[in-house]
Amino acid sequence: MSRSPVIVGAADAPTHERGRALPGATVLSIQRNAADEALAQAGLTMRDVDGLAVAGMWGMPGPGAMQPVLLTEYLGLEWPRYLDGTNIGGAAFVLHAGRAAEAIRSGQADVVLIVYGSLQKSQAARALGGRPAMFSNQWDIPAGLPLPVGAYAMAAQRHAHVFGSTRETLAEIAVATRAWAALNPAAAFREPLTVDDVLGARTIASPLGRYDCCLVTDGGGAVVMTTEERARDLRTPPVHVLGHGASASHTSIAHMPDMAKLEAAEQSSRLAYAMAGRRPAEIDLAMLYDSFTITVLMTLEALGICGYGEGREFVRGGRTGPGGSFPVNTNGGGLSYCHPGMYGLFTIIEASRQLWGLAGERQVDGVRTAICHGTGGVLSSGATLILSTEKG
Amino acid sequence: MTYDKPVPAIDAESEPYWSGAREGRLMIQRCGRTGRCFLYSRRLAPGADGTDIQWIEAKGTGTVYSFTVCHAPAGPAFRSETPYVVACVELDEGARIVSNLVTDDPEAVRIGQRVEAFFDRVSEDLTIPKFRPAR
Repeated sequence: MSRSPVIVGAADAPTHERGRALPGATVLSIQRNAADEALAQAGLTMRDVDGLAVAGMWGMPGPGAMQPVLLTEYLGLEWPRYLDGTNIGGAAFVLHAGRAAEAIRSGQADVVLIVYGSLQKSQAARALGGRPAMFSNQWDIPAGLPLPVGAYAMAAQRHAHVFGSTRETLAEIAVATRAWAALNPAAAFREPLTVDDVLGARTIASPLGRYDCCLVTDGGGAVVMTTEERARDLRTPPVHVLGHGASASHTSIAHMPDMAKLEAAEQSSRLAYAMAGRRPAEIDLAMLYDSFTITVLMTLEALGICGYGEGREFVRGGRTGPGGSFPVNTNGGGLSYCHPGMYGLFTIIEASRQLWGLAGERQVDGVRTAICHGTGGVLSSGATLILSTEKG
Repeated sequence: MTYDKPVPAIDAESEPYWSGAREGRLMIQRCGRTGRCFLYSRRLAPGADGTDIQWIEAKGTGTVYSFTVCHAPAGPAFRSETPYVVACVELDEGARIVSNLVTDDPEAVRIGQRVEAFFDRVSEDLTIPKFRPAR
């Protein structure tokens, strides 16, 4: 009997008006509704769930400090035997999926629900500049470094210095991502965007301008995982979790080992590739946390999809956009689809949809293997997942 | 006039840095085994298993490792200063510090540029080491 871990359901929360949650939504109901939809896709119900993973910024200070417990109560789960509330920033859910895969494989859980929700846009809850200047942030916050954008801007500046990337390189990524968003009815921003638009927009923290930065939206989602065996009786064809890995290095950007290389992604993906028995050349689709355009550039290089310093050439000419030879962020990403604060779960939702062939107008032909990569903090943590329609 | 920008939550492990700054000294940490310098306490010095870590006074000179010109302020207290420069400076001893690079010409800042520390006494209790282009 195969306890090989698979994804059988995925859903994202509907939004309107440029990424605002529907009227009456609470941060908990967003998660419940997405969970119900993802479970229904598989033909499962909340009663089948015996494992729960969640991370978020909601309910803090307060019960949000114990989100897995609060959601156990709210969702009405009965004695879940697997709980994960690990928070390594926006990469958390990609790490959750890897941990859940091992829990499923080892028999600690049969059906794991990974959920996320946020009302940061409607509640204007993204407190930029309001973070306490504690621990290693005693230096950057008193200096007025806007976080996270200023830290990513420093990495972009360093990457440009070391590898010759330019503002045009970054603009190519924003434009390709927007072109995908145009094909996603759920995306908050779907109007065409040009390289000139990106270069002409106001600078936030040099070299990053408005369109180099992710959106601020509400949103949420859910992913359901189970065993390959259980999936045989379910509605959805299984998406196999072939490999995973996670790592972390720093909290303040001052302590990023090499500011031009996203080594957390190099480390986490090395683990994931080894477990999956796959090479970067075998990846058909990359879903990369695009908090900023520079994040995508550095992640492509760190995952070995191109070499360090080759990202500039790699993204040229719309290669990562619709019709390009290497699709990246086909949902429109955090740059144009949604970014409720901790985006990682959406990389898994979209990769699964592409692997199921359910991505509608933006469906990429022949996707068999996808890589999801989440980046948390200020290029601080990384979690990688390799998914495939084929087992092993 | 009160100082309205965020102030560091000084703890026992960072206190030598901030008390040094009040005396006009730029303090960093040094691994007794490798000689490698760094800033902000960690149990193990980077790249070593040693716990023999001492505070030393840095010369205060270094180069810009990276930087950003902030056009959007990190909160209202910084609004009147935009555009301002936050730099990650690599001191000649090797430690990296994030602070302001105070200059009349933010657009002229470059990675690799030589800078020197100065001490900005922003309140009775707080002196922040900052940087300016080397003379």
